[in-house]
Amino acid sequence: MQTDRVLTGILRAGALLAVLVMLLIFCFLLFESWSALTGLSIAGFLTDVSWHPLEGTYNLMPMLSGTLLASIGAIMLGAPLGLASALFIVFFAPLHLALLYRRLIELLAGIPSVVFGFWGLTTLVPLISEWQPPGASLLAAVLVLTLMILPMITITACAALTAVPEELFRNASALGMSRWGTIAGVVLPAARVGITAGIILAAARALGETMAVLMVAGNVVQHPESLFDPVRTLAANIALEVAYAMGDHRSVLFVSGLLLMLLVMVLSAMAGLLEERQQV
Amino acid sequence: MNDDPNAFTLGPLQAGPPCCEPQPVIQVRNLSLRYNRQAALDNVSLDIYKGCITALIGPSGCGKTSFLSAINRMTDLIPGCSIDGRILVDNQDIHHPQCDVQALRRRIGMVFQKPAPFPLSIRRNIALPLNEHGTTQKTEVTAITETVLRDVGLWDEVCDRLDVSALSLSGGQQQRLCIARALALNPEILLMDEPCSALDPIASGVVEDLICSLQGRYTIVIVTHNLAQARRIANYAAFFWVKDQAGQLVEFGRCRHIFESPRDELTAAYVNGARG
Repeated sequence: MQTDRVLTGILRAGALLAVLVMLLIFCFLLFESWSALTGLSIAGFLTDVSWHPLEGTYNLMPMLSGTLLASIGAIMLGAPLGLASALFIVFFAPLHLALLYRRLIELLAGIPSVVFGFWGLTTLVPLISEWQPPGASLLAAVLVLTLMILPMITITACAALTAVPEELFRNASALGMSRWGTIAGVVLPAARVGITAGIILAAARALGETMAVLMVAGNVVQHPESLFDPVRTLAANIALEVAYAMGDHRSVLFVSGLLLMLLVMVLSAMAGLLEERQQV
Repeated sequence: MNDDPNAFTLGPLQAGPPCCEPQPVIQVRNLSLRYNRQAALDNVSLDIYKGCITALIGPSGCGKTSFLSAINRMTDLIPGCSIDGRILVDNQDIHHPQCDVQALRRRIGMVFQKPAPFPLSIRRNIALPLNEHGTTQKTEVTAITETVLRDVGLWDEVCDRLDVSALSLSGGQQQRLCIARALALNPEILLMDEPCSALDPIASGVVEDLICSLQGRYTIVIVTHNLAQARRIANYAAFFWVKDQAGQLVEFGRCRHIFESPRDELTAAYVNGARG
């Protein structure tokens, strides 16, 4: 009894602390961006001529579009690849190969993002540059991000697929359904919610990814007209400029941080809602 | 009836099979089945007659379910399972290399103990296997859906909500949907592995009546632990028992004979509740 109460207390304190830190970060972001949110016109973030913080123009739209395009591109590549990998691991690979492949994917998840960036900068960017200069581009960012979110999508999809009850397979086989027919008709619909939740979480990760993207995206503030144009993402922008930013400029950087956090929160909430629905 | 005054007496017996001339549709010859080194069935030979209900009875672990699964080659899916002997369905060896397993399983429907409808809508549960077997025309699928749902007595209960999830149905309804799903493929044979044992008594009664109503139209092989049920619904009964650590067929015959005048002492003891 006594130990129960102590343990409960410790757990409560830990949980409370985690929530408090999260809230404090949010308040801090809000506090730091307050002067920009109240002092500058919010419409300016959308309509200013450009991002020239030293001249007082703070258009965030090019960087928001860069962020979204890079993430959407990565999801469009990563989701099918990750799902295919998961299907391979769970249903098609021989046991030892599945295990090996899974370990490799998990290893991929453990590579630090700066190493991804490093590899992108020294290998991927020159390759793209040979084809379509300058190389450092939206495409490079998409490819690096794809690799980074691939393990997350694969692992969550694997979990969702293995959670599909074995008896559904037996029932489908007993109805003379083929393996692929069963997977397409029964398993994927049954695992749909879990797979989608994984993809949403991966999207949240892609939105916030900073270092690797910063190293390969070229960081030119512009609306990209093609995949080969350099872009700058919100996260990269903060990392690049926060060291010397002052006054309104600094505050606007916090606004962009707030924006990122809100995007990620919305995505996480969506994933949470989906998972809740799964359990019903 | 039984001489033993303590034997429990049951309801009226089925008089016999509807077909006058028993016509074997499944012929099992010297079937032995093992899981890795563990023998599950030893040298079982048995004929299943067309249009009749054959009940497989016996204690747990005596190989009834293994026997049932061998008939539509569901045993293929169990790693380490090996089979000796021959099973002929309509005089064709189901283990022949040219036998198409998917076509075989279409002809031989199977219903499991625990109802497992696909986590899709009621409509889709029936349409999916149909589509898989090449029936894709919408009007045809709709017509079949209505027919089989009527056959299992589910139509009036669900006709206004065919698009809701099948998982929202009750256990008994789910089991009837699973039966409907199997019937939609127009099989000749239905294998049922304790279809009522996971259901409450009322739902169990409904499913039992349903199985009776299918008699004659389909050849039914049913595994049941419920002797009273076997006695009520079956035309033939096969009694399995574990001998030498493997399941063996002890006695096969008309349900009435198995229950009223069994030739084997073990059968008599089992059906009277003295053993098993």
